[in-house]
Amino acid sequence: MIGSTKVQARNGGFVSDVFAISRRALRSVLRDPESVIPGFIIPLFFFAVNTGALQNFVEASGDFDYKAFQLPVAIIMAVTGPLSRALTLVEDVRSGYFDRLMMTPVRRLALLLGLMVADIALVLALTVPVLVLGYAVGVRFETGLTGIVVFVALAAYWGLGFAGFSYAIALKTANAAAVSSSFMIFLPLMFLTPMFIPLEAMSGWMATVAQYNPVTYLLGSLRSIILVGWEIDEILKGVLSVSAVVAVSLTMALLALTRRVSRQ
Amino acid sequence: MKGEDAVVAVSLSRSFGAVKAVKSVNLSIPSGEIYGFLGPNGAGKSSVVRMLTTLLLPTSGSARVAGHDVVTEPTAVRLKIGAALQEAALDDKQTGRELLELQSRLYGLCGPVTNKRIDYLARLLTIEESLDRLIGTYSGGMKRKLDLAVAMIHEPQILFLDEPTTGLDPISRVELWDEVRRVNEEKGVTIFMTTQYLEEADYLAQRVGIISQGRIVAEGSPSELKRSVGTDIIVAKINGQTSGPAENCRQVRGVESVEVSGNEITLSVHQGSKVIGPVAIALDQYGALVEDIVLRTATLDDVFLHYTGARLQVDAGIAIKEVP
Repeated sequence: MIGSTKVQARNGGFVSDVFAISRRALRSVLRDPESVIPGFIIPLFFFAVNTGALQNFVEASGDFDYKAFQLPVAIIMAVTGPLSRALTLVEDVRSGYFDRLMMTPVRRLALLLGLMVADIALVLALTVPVLVLGYAVGVRFETGLTGIVVFVALAAYWGLGFAGFSYAIALKTANAAAVSSSFMIFLPLMFLTPMFIPLEAMSGWMATVAQYNPVTYLLGSLRSIILVGWEIDEILKGVLSVSAVVAVSLTMALLALTRRVSRQ
Repeated sequence: MKGEDAVVAVSLSRSFGAVKAVKSVNLSIPSGEIYGFLGPNGAGKSSVVRMLTTLLLPTSGSARVAGHDVVTEPTAVRLKIGAALQEAALDDKQTGRELLELQSRLYGLCGPVTNKRIDYLARLLTIEESLDRLIGTYSGGMKRKLDLAVAMIHEPQILFLDEPTTGLDPISRVELWDEVRRVNEEKGVTIFMTTQYLEEADYLAQRVGIISQGRIVAEGSPSELKRSVGTDIIVAKINGQTSGPAENCRQVRGVESVEVSGNEITLSVHQGSKVIGPVAIALDQYGALVEDIVLRTATLDDVFLHYTGARLQVDAGIAIKEVP
């Protein structure tokens, strides 16, 4: 009688697996908003402090919109850092829930991709307050609405690439403290760049380091989209350098996933 | 898979580096049976379960579960088994229903089938009330029941339960036992259950395998196993050294075997009521300080002691350890 419905267990299908996993991750975020509130506040804080402290000083050196110059910094801060679902992954491994998923026919790659899809959704949400604040203080995109879309997409692409490192660490170590320390990668990547002043104005060792930092070119692309217009080669430089980071971090994450699910 | 046992293991072994956790385990568990796998922490129970549930590869030997090889056909095995491993592995930030839906989705079940399954399992396991609450608010017993429901969402043929009642209070434990038994009786689901609790194996399992240091040292129905150690047991607690008094007891007529564990001497005897008098005299003749002497029928604990030389000790029903 009850329960005698024909139940035919089978593989759920890759796309279905990915969305099932990401839905769970996003639900957890909504129920635990404290974990993402800093992610909303920190970029706004930096934007206010950086422009408040340096605007007059930098703008005195020439024709310059420092607020527009700083908006990409805020966006990168919003999409990078402690926001990936890697900590969820650590909790799952620790609690045994990861094993439970492993005993289902779920595609192993979906366990990682599902979380990344959730990350992208979250990252897009995090760019909204920064864009709104930018608009409120008078920042306008030279490239118009399409420019805003490309701007956000490029930032999200970077966010995903950075998240790859935290997933690699999470899958390799299953240790929350180790995952949090991925913040240590973020500091040099973010600060050893023309974050405060243009690259041409930088000097000494920091200028040298910044030339080899992929975030420098990401910043270059984002600034060009706001301040200049469609400079294809500037944008391409950003896309390529972010792609290099994505390639490295996702390879590391995939290797760590393969090891984690290897049944050894 | 007509005719084939639900779980078959042949010389199943697993090493972690130099440590041999599982040593050549053989199993054959017919469909519909509740099999109890009894042993203390670190005996290799969990490693066996992890191999049978496709989480761990064997170092050598082989196993077939629901007719499929665990090494070469893991997906086929996964579709036919359900498992609740140690310490209900759930997600506190989801409701019971959400977690069940996710699990169901991963088995490719559509919405209407999922809903019917959830209704059915919620009724079977009496968790209807809490289904839409966050799992973080559940009691320990509630979590175990949900854990069982999650394991059963896709109507598996075989259920693996790894220490299903560890950490539960006695009332919740008995309640869960009844749920497990109902699942087995109603659907004919084969159940492979590990436990540290002798009462649990005794109450639920049709057959019990005793595992110690990676090896199955005895196997049979609880009553067969108990019979193998003699019908009655006399336990004498001695204040002082035990080997001398134990030797004296060995000479008493009707004493079949003598085991010493800590400050206890355990005697397997026939017709205990006739033997206990002479045993008391033998102890007294030695001059042993007897603190306590008890006559009772054999339990699985005695079986464990008999086969492993160690006693499973249950402290207040929670902690348990092997006492040399």
